[in-house]
Amino acid sequence: MVTQITSFGRSGLYDWMMQRVSAVVLSLYTVFIIGYLLVNPELTYEQWSALFEATWMRVFSLMVLLSIGMHSWIGLWSISTDYIKATGARFFFQSLCGFVMFVYVVWGVQVLWGL
Amino acid sequence: MLVSIYRYNPEKDDAPYMQDYEIELPAGKDLMVLDVLNLLKAQDPSISYRRSCREGVCGSDGMNMSGKNGLACITTVSEAAKNGKLILRPLPGLPVVRDLVVDMGQFYKQYEKIRPYLLNDTPAPAIERLQSPEEREKLDGLYECILCACCSTACPSFWWNPDKFIGPSGLLQAYRFLADSRDTATQERLSDLDDPFSVFRCHGIMNCVNVCPKGLNPTKAIGNIRTMLLQRAT
Repeated sequence: MVTQITSFGRSGLYDWMMQRVSAVVLSLYTVFIIGYLLVNPELTYEQWSALFEATWMRVFSLMVLLSIGMHSWIGLWSISTDYIKATGARFFFQSLCGFVMFVYVVWGVQVLWGL
Repeated sequence: MLVSIYRYNPEKDDAPYMQDYEIELPAGKDLMVLDVLNLLKAQDPSISYRRSCREGVCGSDGMNMSGKNGLACITTVSEAAKNGKLILRPLPGLPVVRDLVVDMGQFYKQYEKIRPYLLNDTPAPAIERLQSPEEREKLDGLYECILCACCSTACPSFWWNPDKFIGPSGLLQAYRFLADSRDTATQERLSDLDDPFSVFRCHGIMNCVNVCPKGLNPTKAIGNIRTMLLQRAT
């Protein structure tokens, strides 16, 4: 048993499951957006903003935003524990990643709700 | 044939280097890499490597042959040589003791961690603990591991975290005991593995499957451990 306190859920199993669940959400969203753009080649601003006015789209997009945060946290945490051997530098990198992800989520909420 | 061998004697050399040997191989015969090493050893007795059974059973002569890990005794020169050149290096990621001999301490430590023996807290029966043929069948593809370390030393996750990640070989063995009907410590074993490193540092790149000289599939065993952990926790 290896003790870790900086991983996302502090459990390997939880992180692994969240990584997979968020990957599914991200791929669904990617397929949806690409599909939407293909179906509407002459996309207008009104259409685009109407899409993002819909509550289901905001829910979907917020889910994607949180998934990006989780997915990249788990991935970058793995990379940092592989390659950054100095504890101070590793902790700094992990904190920086956490901060950037938090900013993205808050900023994304602002964008989605037009605040 | 040109054979390039990794040489390092810590008592004499400041740094490891590659030494080239030219060797005349008998025509019409495809020798094993170990045979070539034995011929070279006759030429230059200072070359060090491990070997014992010379038939792929003991797992002593695991090494990196032209970039791929394997057992020198069951790999033919024609398989291992690239562009008429045979490059022999020690197993990657483990400290080199001398030439092709590596210190397997870290590898064995991970093996020890998974408690590679049956744990059973029920009273011992008069004769033996029986298994049905179906229960026994579950151990096929797991018990054959000879601990040659070819898989674990081909795994980047093991290179970067050899102290935390059990590695493909250890995990194959861990699943061998998780799958054994005679073992009663399944829950404890799973609890020991449930952290971000021991099992989950495997990213499924399957280098282990690619190199295993016994044709085993550690990635599949790791997948089975994950499924067991998931079933227990959901």
